[in-house]
Amino acid sequence: MSGSFHLDAVPVRLRRCAKTFHGGVRALEPLDLDIRGGETVVFLGPSGCGKTTTLRILAGLERPDEGGRVFYGEDDVTALPIERRNVGMVFQSYALFPNMSVAENVAYGLRVRGVPKAERRERAEEMLAMMHIADLAGRRIDQLSGGQRQRVALARALVVRPRVLLLDEPLTALDAKLRDSLRLEIDRLLRALGITAIYVTHDQAEAMALGDRIVVMSKGRVAQVGTPREIYHRPADAFVADFIGTMNRLPAVAQDGRLLLGRGELPWSGPQGRIEVLVRPEDVALTASGGHVDARIAATVFLGDRTRVVAETADGLTLTVDAPGRTDLARGDAVSLGFDPARLLTLPE
Amino acid sequence: MALPPSQPPPASQGEAFFPSPAKRGRGQGWGQVLLRRDPLPLAALMAPAAVVFGAFFLLPMARLFVIGGSGAEGWAAYASILLNPRHLQSLVSTVLLSAGVTAVTLAVSTVTGLFLVRHRFPGRSVLVAMLTFPLAFPGVVIGFMVIMLAGRQGLIGDVTQALTGSKLVFAYSMAGLFLGYVYFSIPRVILTVMASAEKLDPSHEEAARSLGARPWQVVAHVILPALKPAFLSAGAICFATAMGAFGTAFTLATRIDVLPMTIYTEFTLQANIATAAALSFVLGAVTWAALATARSFAGSSVAAAG
Repeated sequence: MSGSFHLDAVPVRLRRCAKTFHGGVRALEPLDLDIRGGETVVFLGPSGCGKTTTLRILAGLERPDEGGRVFYGEDDVTALPIERRNVGMVFQSYALFPNMSVAENVAYGLRVRGVPKAERRERAEEMLAMMHIADLAGRRIDQLSGGQRQRVALARALVVRPRVLLLDEPLTALDAKLRDSLRLEIDRLLRALGITAIYVTHDQAEAMALGDRIVVMSKGRVAQVGTPREIYHRPADAFVADFIGTMNRLPAVAQDGRLLLGRGELPWSGPQGRIEVLVRPEDVALTASGGHVDARIAATVFLGDRTRVVAETADGLTLTVDAPGRTDLARGDAVSLGFDPARLLTLPE
Repeated sequence: MALPPSQPPPASQGEAFFPSPAKRGRGQGWGQVLLRRDPLPLAALMAPAAVVFGAFFLLPMARLFVIGGSGAEGWAAYASILLNPRHLQSLVSTVLLSAGVTAVTLAVSTVTGLFLVRHRFPGRSVLVAMLTFPLAFPGVVIGFMVIMLAGRQGLIGDVTQALTGSKLVFAYSMAGLFLGYVYFSIPRVILTVMASAEKLDPSHEEAARSLGARPWQVVAHVILPALKPAFLSAGAICFATAMGAFGTAFTLATRIDVLPMTIYTEFTLQANIATAAALSFVLGAVTWAALATARSFAGSSVAAAG
């Protein structure tokens, strides 16, 4: 990545931004959010959760309902359409102009700004070099692969030195391997540029890898805002717990400093009464004996680096447990499950 | 679209590589023949089309061409089209009229078509139906409507009479013909433009806007280039129809000097069959040449942009 190319880190604020579409459909409940300058914030959620609507409000493609405000730094940009906000935007479908070459696509933002042709070409070439696709400058768009297209789209969005970079599911259309490598590259690029970036995805692995913070959304509301670790280890509600990673949800009874988990029992200082405890598959210890709860293997899935095991306790509880890849277990084997009270979660309410 | 979806192999691919002659006569077998590009059966498949093409296009055209050179002037009849001022003027004015009609029709239909595709309002479908109404009219009816509008007893005449004291009448001239041709060309073009505009990817426009393009720049750099194939096909039909249309001109006036009228006059009134044939052949050739030029020009501009 070019060290000389560095962009301003503009903070972005949303104040009471809601969106109601024609026919009274509420796509987004009033949302307040502060994004620090240079931060990468990922909006994550299933389709229809309001993440794309939020991005479009941030971009200026949609106006928030009356009363909502969008700030870039100190500027209130609520009334400005996208063409006057100086943003960079990357689309899931790449949205490259088929009637222009790669170089012309990248230089387009400079062309509409009236930048002279020679400077345009120079800056476009600089961008293409930064994205490692300098040799594609003269190509037509239909001669490019998906990964190359997304690099061109990034170069095109960045060449105008945008105040904010907006990415709408930029990797969804790519195959898995390419997605992983381009994700790493985008991550490095965003850090190197120091730009404020807002990224929308429905893929939690992408969100975890890229986001300084993740905004998990559901049904037009923010379910949780936090760092990837906070979201993963301290989910705010059942939706987040279920949506991010795999989570075991077990009914339990807590009383007198003990937690009764089926026939198992362990020390407990959390909430009392009939509760639900949550535990990640990697936080359950799988041993031959000596754990808290006895179980039998119902199924195993070998994933290479680990073996994902489905275990059933005598009380009919089903747990997903991650064991090391070399673990050799078969259906029907008796095992014992061990729990660390510190890694058992409970949800508020 | 990361990669173009790979074509699923035909279900009977295995057989296509090992054709069994017994099967070839059945429907499935012929499909395999097409896939294999076997020259002999392929020629057999093309035979019906070739027969139709030969009988109803090549032979009549050749005959027309020969008749054109069989008059008193001989082959000079073709040259005389360029030398005879009346014929040349007729040819030039027909081309200009058709080009003008095509340009205006494309402009009107593009604006209207884009508006209709992008806005939903009460009565929209009725409006679309009304706009496509003239498709059903023969040229005579179009001519009749132009006379009702801009003729001696027409609406425009009455209004200008009341306003300025002098009557504006232009139905029986090139202007009237122009109006009529635009009117009946709009439906064809508008339907093509609308079908094409509905398929435009909105993210292209949003990308252009995100890069700072003003609305007119989005139109000029993104929307119009994307609609170019539609303009080419709709414009070609529009131009060719205007070149050869006869009914409207015939209804409006005999002194309108367009090529189909000239051909009609030569053929029926002066029994000058050789000249009529030569003019007919040239009408077809000029139209074809104009369309081919437009297409190659559009093609090269695409290549130049790439």
